[in-house]
This record gives sequence, C-alpha cells and structure tokens, in this order.
Amino acid sequence: METETSQVGYNSKVEGDVIVTRVDAVINWVRKNSVWPMPMGLACCAIELMGVAASRFDISRFGMEVMRFSPRQSDCMIVAGTVTYKMAPVVRRIYDQMADPKWVVAMGACASTGGMYRSYATMQGVDRIIPVDVYVSGCPPRPEALLDAMMKLQSKIEKEPSFKNLGKETVERRTWA
Amino acid sequence: MSDIVESLQPRFEGLEPRPSADHPSVQCPVKFLLPLIECLRDEFDYSMLMDVTAVDWDKESPRFSTVYHLFSIANCRYIRVVTNCEDDENPSVPSISALFPAADWHERETFDMFGIRFEGHPDLRRILMWDEYPYHPLRKEFPLAGIETELPDAEVAEETDAKMLAAPMMGGPFVSKGGEPMSKSEPRAADESWTEWKKKPSLEKE
Amino acid sequence: MAETKEISIGDVGARANTYQDELQGEDMAINVGPSHPTTHGVLRLLMHLDGDVITKCDPILGYLHRGDEKIAENMTYNQFVPYTDRLDYIAPLANNVTYALAVEKLAGLEVPPRCAAIRVLVTEMARLSSHLLGIGVYGMDAGAWTPFMYTFTEREKLYSLFEELTGARFTTSYTRIGGVSRDVPDGWLKKVTDFCDQFLPILEETQKLLTRNRIFMDRTEGIGVITKKDALAYGITGPNLRAAGVDLDLRKDRPYLGYEQYDFDVPIGTTGDCYDRYLVRLEEMRQSVRIIRQVIKSFPDGAWYAEDAKKIFAPRKGKVMTSMEELIQNFMIVTEGPRMPAGEVYFEAENPKGILGFFLVSKGGGVPYRMKIRAPSFCNLSILSKIVPGHYLSDITVLLGSLDFVMGECDR
Repeated sequence: METETSQVGYNSKVEGDVIVTRVDAVINWVRKNSVWPMPMGLACCAIELMGVAASRFDISRFGMEVMRFSPRQSDCMIVAGTVTYKMAPVVRRIYDQMADPKWVVAMGACASTGGMYRSYATMQGVDRIIPVDVYVSGCPPRPEALLDAMMKLQSKIEKEPSFKNLGKETVERRTWA
Repeated sequence: MSDIVESLQPRFEGLEPRPSADHPSVQCPVKFLLPLIECLRDEFDYSMLMDVTAVDWDKESPRFSTVYHLFSIANCRYIRVVTNCEDDENPSVPSISALFPAADWHERETFDMFGIRFEGHPDLRRILMWDEYPYHPLRKEFPLAGIETELPDAEVAEETDAKMLAAPMMGGPFVSKGGEPMSKSEPRAADESWTEWKKKPSLEKE
Repeated sequence: MAETKEISIGDVGARANTYQDELQGEDMAINVGPSHPTTHGVLRLLMHLDGDVITKCDPILGYLHRGDEKIAENMTYNQFVPYTDRLDYIAPLANNVTYALAVEKLAGLEVPPRCAAIRVLVTEMARLSSHLLGIGVYGMDAGAWTPFMYTFTEREKLYSLFEELTGARFTTSYTRIGGVSRDVPDGWLKKVTDFCDQFLPILEETQKLLTRNRIFMDRTEGIGVITKKDALAYGITGPNLRAAGVDLDLRKDRPYLGYEQYDFDVPIGTTGDCYDRYLVRLEEMRQSVRIIRQVIKSFPDGAWYAEDAKKIFAPRKGKVMTSMEELIQNFMIVTEGPRMPAGEVYFEAENPKGILGFFLVSKGGGVPYRMKIRAPSFCNLSILSKIVPGHYLSDITVLLGSLDFVMGECDR
C-alpha cells in the first residue's frame, strides 16, 4: 500500500499484520493529529477561537479541542488578538515555557502585522517577539480560515524532521526591518 | 437647562456657562472644583460620576482642561463640569476620588494619558501603559506612531532584542485636511502624482 | 509476651486549636493572569492571600490598550466605525449604533424611523449575543461545559443573521454617520422572527441546566455582593447595577432611537450577588426578544438614511457617477470626512455590558479633536478592589464571570 506521502510501505502478503514505515512518519503523524493548542486569546479573535472550539466548527475533529491553558502541556500557541507592547513580554515568557516541539499560529491581522492598530501601543506583529509558523489573515478570520491554518500547520508538521535540535540549545535571534 | 448654572453662579464666583451641544455645561475655576462637585452631589442629587477625562488644547493657554460628567438618576439628566489646569508645564487639579470612588481609576487614566497630576489621589500611577513608560500618549505633540523606547521587561528585551518601535505609518493616516490643494493634503498624492511642484523624473536619468 | 505502652494522642480537635494560635503565616502574594482562562481577556490580578482567603486585590489593566483615542484624532468619523466594533467585541453592533448616535448628536441630526428601527433591532440582537456569551462562559467558569455549547450554537445562528445583513459575522461596522451602510435584505426579517420563535425554548432548556443547579447556586449565591451605595459610588452600570437594586436603564429613562414606543420590562435584582446578576441577564434576554418582536411587527417603511444630510451621509452611487454635486460631496465625505459643526457632546447608550458613553470635542471638519470613550467594563472593574477581599480564591472565577466585562473596551 502506497499512501500519498509514501511513508508507509505495506504489502499484506509480505508483512502480514505489520506496517513498515519511517520513524519520522509515525512521530509526525502522532504529533500532527493531536496538536494541543494553547489559546493566547487576547482580543476579538479569541471569540472566533471559542467559536471554532464550539459545536458548529468543531476543532475536535482534528484532535485539537484540548485547549490547555497551561503552556507546559500544549503544543501550539494560537496568538489570537492584538499584542500590545505591555503584553508582549508575557507572550514571550509563555512561549519560552512551552516544551519542544512547539509551533505558533498568528491568528488575525493584529497578531500577524499589527492589523489596523498602527499606534504607539501595539506591537506590529507578534513575530517581532516569537517565531511564527502560520499566519492567518482576517479581522477576525472566519473559523474555517483558522481550521485551514491548522491543516496547513499539520502539513508543515508532517514534513519536519522529528528529532531536530535534540540536545542543542537553539539561539533565536531575529532581525527585522 | 441653564437654571442649574444660574442658581450656582452666585455661590461660586467665576462659574461660567460653557457652550455645549447637549447637556448643561459649566466652566469652573480650580479652587471651587471640590465644593462644586460636592454641592452637585448632595444638593442637586447628581448621584453618579460617569466620566473624568481631559482635553489638550495644544497651542492655547491654559493648555489642559479636565472634564467631569455627572448624572442624576432621580432627574435623569447630566451636567458637564470643565476645569482648566493652572500650570501648562505641570498641570494639576484636585482629585475628587474622596467624593466619588469611581474617579479613582478615571483619574489614573487621565494622568497616564496626559500627565495631569491629581492632588489628594490615594494611588496615582499609570493604569493603561506600564509604570516606567516615559511619555504621555494623548498629548498633542506625541505622535500617533509612538516613540522608540524599551520594552517593559528587561529580560525579554535582552533575550529577543526587541524594542518598542514606532509603528510604520506608510504615509498615512489617510485623512485629508481641508483647505489645501489636494496634492498637498492627500498623503498618497504626495508620493505618486506628478504636479507642478513635483516633476516627473526624466527617463534619460539612470 | 507483648509489651504494651501507653501513648497519649490527645483530642485532635484540641490540637488543631492550639496550632491555630501558634501558626503565623505571612500573606502570600499571588498573580492571576494576564493569560489565564478565567480572566476573560487580559486582566491581571495581584492578590494577597491569607491562607485561602483574599485580603487585597489590585487589578492591573492595560494589556490590551491599543491607542483607540489617539487613533480617533486621526481618522474621519466614518473611518472610526471599525474601531468601535472592537471595543466590546462581543456585541459590536451595539457599539456601532452608540457611536453613530453620538456623532449624529454633535451634528444635530435625527435619523428617519426606518433607520432607527433597524438600529434598535440590531442592538437588541447584539444584546442577545452578548448575554448568551456571558451566560455560556459563566457556566464554563463554574465548571459546566454544556451551557457553553448550547449558547454558542445560538450565537452561531445570530452570526448567520448578522452576516446576511452586514456582510461580516461579528465585526460588522454596520452604521454610518447619518444612517446604516445598507438596507435590510428581503426575507431577513422573517428569518429573525423564526430565530426568535425557536430561541426561547432553547433558552429555557439552557437555563434549566444552571438556574436551579445546586452546585451553581452554591457557588454563586452570596458571592460578590455589590450594595446599592457601592454600585452608585463606583460608577457601575448595566446588569450589574440593576442586580444591585438600582433602577437605571437608559432605554427607559432617557430613551433614544424610539425605545419609548416599545413595551418591555427591566429586571431589577434584590441582593446584588453573582446569582442575581446571572438572573438579570437571563431575564434581559427574554425582554430583548420581546422588543425584537415588536420592532418587526411595526417595522416602518421609508428611508434608511438621513437623506437631507447632504454633507454627512455619502450620496447613492448612482447619483455620484452621474451628477457633479453628488460627486463632489462624495469626494469630500470620503477624503476629509463628514463635515461636523464645532462643539462638545456627550452621549450615553445602554449597551449590553453597561452604559457606553462617547465624549466628542470637535473643532469643525471631518476629524474629531478629542474622543473619549467611557467604557462600561472599565468602571465595572473598578469595584474589584472593594468586593474581592474576604472571598476565597476559588470564588474569583465566579466573580469575574458575573461582572461580564470585556477587556477590549476596558483598555481601549
């Protein structure tokens, strides 16, 4: 049996009840189907995030309904809402407390680039302080858009090497214009 | 409407009615602010303080005025009290938080945004920006984009090299001021249109 | 042979008594938030605890301060409408309407009856949406997940209605100065009536899960009592004030938008505790449905914008493309803003969270000189430092949920 990604090779005549695959494929399959989000719900996008978790746009279909508010137990931080300069260090601290592997979704215009708040108090994008994997546009993005973003995140997770940077300290230094 | 102002005028000298589009509005000298508010609360039954704010009149003097809105539940009416702060450099006004505890947070916010000190306030510190923020954002000389400063948390600032930067304005805000030719007042027009003040660059120049 | 030894243990209760006198603990300082599931947004509470009892509470705001008032000084009146959406982002239409009314008061403009009816309808639907979320999330804070799911399903139905009317699910930016952005589509009023018909039974089902629920009542009765005197002194408004026993509802006391022609009751609480606030919100939803039904029944025909306000409301596009005068007016309104007279105005309206007020200072032209937003949640939160001490730490969730505040409008 060849799947799309050719990660599983399975021929029932040869292997019987055993599937042979790569370690990366199994681990990434497990990781992508149970991404536990940490909702950093700051403003209006948090309401759409709650709407995604509710019954009409069920995020539980993807295994993501476990919205743990503890950073230690979550995989993906969904920054939903405007990040102000006062809140930015808090977001960074919570990001630091998350265990690897971790991903970040910048939901909405305010988290991606500051949105329509071009003012003294708004950080123009959360990627100035934490590395972002998926940006979702919209103000607020429709729940379907957020689900599409989570699916893109899943396909990104699928392609990652699963044991990257094990034992090494990664130093992230960002430069921006 | 103005009968309240008229009945108050003999008791507090210097009280002037103020032009207003809706509610009765009085201009009160600073020294009568506390007795006036107390009188409005006790005798005229203005039981709720709705709002305390300030206006920065920029080039005029006095520069700052604090504005109070009081509401009377029994009579369902409002009154606006406006007081000019005496000093333009270090404006200050007595605090009414002893009369109305609601004024506590409103005065903190006015201090945060304008730098107006409220004397007698139990705990005057910033409320919307962090305590060490050096500027008062709603003053007219402070730009909308902000001024570059440090992040509130020194550890995070060191870890990420992030700063509080001025927001990129891109020629905006996109509102034209009246009274000038469009090519001067439209921000985009200044960038892209060729007018008699800004000639099209020659094609020969490389 | 076994030896027996006598040991004296003493009375356990007596030992506890002696320990209590000897135990000298210090106050523990605890920080709740800003990122915390129960703080309903980014609110930080610095609390001192003596054991499990809170002795001091200091709320720290400003984590969502985006600079709205400074932005307002640089935007035309119509350009600011999307920012009002995001103040109380749970009932954006109500803020749109209040802002438009405030600016129209500055201009001295009265909207025609159809526009007023649309605005009332939309405000009451926003009130439903806001209270539904308030109750759903309140139940969730107290530990009940099911009401959250039920109320969010109803809110999704409301979102579909809003989307058909305005184009967006919830940040609608629907009103303009002098009217609304588009008229009610055909068949929409029938859909709203259908929604109301099926809503009340579902509301009954949802409230059955909470109202006489033993756990819910134990957690909320007697907690967070706000007395009448405190409520007035601290500027509390909205359902919180009415639960404390004060009869203040601006829709009845200072009617705007024609509220005086509709027949509805205002629920007033007795004790002012969390349970009362919950009951007041529940009843307000039923009254909102009543108002919606009356509005639809008496829905007037006519213009949905102020047709004679030529310098304020942009003319119809058909005219703009063909007639010179309308073209110029459209151009001026879009680039410089609707021309407002100079003056000061303060307008307040009854929003779902409380009384939202706009103080506008205009020096003429299309851009305000100063705009102050009197946010109900800002004032409602100021009472926290008064009522929280004396409660247990686990009562905080219930208390915050019952005040039903939104940090978007609190911090602006």
